[in-house]
Amino acid sequence: MKIAISASSPSLDSEVNPRFGRCDMFIIADPKSIDFEVVDNAGESAGGGAGISTAQMIAQKNVEVVITGNCGPNAHRVLSSAGIEIITGAEGTVRQVIEDYNNGKLSSSSGHNVSDHFGMGGGGGHCRGKGKAN
Amino acid sequence: MIISVASGKGGTGKTMVSTSLAASIKNNYNVQLLDADVEEPNSHIFLKPVFETSHAVSINVPVVNEDRCNHCGKCAEVCAFNAIAVVKDFVLTFPELCHGCGACSYLCPRRAINEAPNQIGTVETGKAGSISFVQGKLDIGQTMPTPVVRKVKELTSREHISIIDASPGTSCPVIAAIKDSDFCLLVTEPTPFGLNDLKLAVETVKQMGIPCGLILNRAGVGDSRVEEYCQKENIPILLTIPLDLNIARLYSKGTTLAEGLPQWQENFKEVFRKIREITGERNSST
Repeated sequence: MKIAISASSPSLDSEVNPRFGRCDMFIIADPKSIDFEVVDNAGESAGGGAGISTAQMIAQKNVEVVITGNCGPNAHRVLSSAGIEIITGAEGTVRQVIEDYNNGKLSSSSGHNVSDHFGMGGGGGHCRGKGKAN
Repeated sequence: MIISVASGKGGTGKTMVSTSLAASIKNNYNVQLLDADVEEPNSHIFLKPVFETSHAVSINVPVVNEDRCNHCGKCAEVCAFNAIAVVKDFVLTFPELCHGCGACSYLCPRRAINEAPNQIGTVETGKAGSISFVQGKLDIGQTMPTPVVRKVKELTSREHISIIDASPGTSCPVIAAIKDSDFCLLVTEPTPFGLNDLKLAVETVKQMGIPCGLILNRAGVGDSRVEEYCQKENIPILLTIPLDLNIARLYSKGTTLAEGLPQWQENFKEVFRKIREITGERNSST
C-alpha cells in the first residue's frame, strides 16, 4: 500500500507541507517498510486548478491515502472520485506522520477543510486588482 | 471616440471619474457609458439608469458522453486550465475553471465531449437620461469576468463618446476593457500603493499603444512621488481632485461629483477637451 504526504523537502525529516495542491513535492511511502519515493508537484506553479491537477497526478500513482495539511474542494472531489482516503490537519515531520498513521492516530476527513484558493498566499487573486474592499 | 478609465490600484476613483465625465459632457455630446467592471459594476448607482434589455452571457463548457468515453485522459491532458480531470472511471469537469476554448471536445479521440452553454453573467442596457448605459455583471460564484467584459464591449457605439469604466488591476479583464480605446484615463491617488500600481497600468497602456493621461484623486493624502513620476514619464496630469469630505459625502450618497458640485463640470469638460487635443495630435502625427 502507498500513502502520499505533502512535503517541503525530499526526506522523511521534511515538515509536512500544509498545502495540498501547491506543495513542493510529495513523499509517497509504504507505511510499513517506510520505503519511499519523492514526486515533484507540477501543480505548484499551475495558474489555476492546482489542486485538480495535483490530485489527478496522485491518483495516477495508485496511492490509497493522502496526508496533508489542507485540502480544498476541487482536489477533494478528484481524490474522492479516485477512492483515495484524505487525511487533513497533519503537522510535524513526514516520519512522525507515518508513525502516527501506523498507530491509528490519524482519522480521515469527510469533506474539504479549506475553501478554494486557500493555498495561494496573500495578495490579490490572479484576475483582480489589489485594494478593493470586496 | 472611446475613452477607457482604468487605475491599477482599486478604489482610486474610476467610477467617480467615469460617471462625472459622462454627466459633464452629456449636454454637448451623445454619451455612452459602459461599465466593464463586471465583478462589481457600480456606475449604475450614480447614473441611475432605467434598464431596457438584459442578455445572458455564456461560455461553452464540456459535457461528457459517458457511453462513448474510454477514460483515455486526453481531455485532461490538453486542458490548459485544469478544468477537466480523469481519474479511474470518472471524468470530472469544473465549469467554473473552464475558459470555453473547446480543446477537450475538439481533441477527444472518441468524440465523447459535446459543448453546452453555461451562463456566467449578463449584459444589461438602458438609458440614464440622455446617456446610453451598458453594464456587464458576472454571476455570483463565477470566476471568469473577461467573456462578460467582451460582450459589454461589443455594444460600444461609434456614434457616441463611449466611456468605459474598467476594473482595477492590469490583468485580462482590464486588457479586454481598455483594448481599442482611443485614450485611457488613469486614476490614482498619491500614495505608495497608488504609484506602484499606476506604474503597472502605465506600462500596460504603453504596450497596447493607447495614449494616456492621469487624474490624481484624493490629492493631499500622500506625497509628491506620483507627480514626479508623471513628469519623468511625460504623462499629462489632466485633473487633480483634492481629498475633500464633501466629495466623499456625495460619493457615499451615490451622487456624481458633476451633479453634486456642478462647478466640477467645467473641470471634466476641460479634461475632455484635453483628451481630444491629445488624441487629435496623435492622429495627425501618425
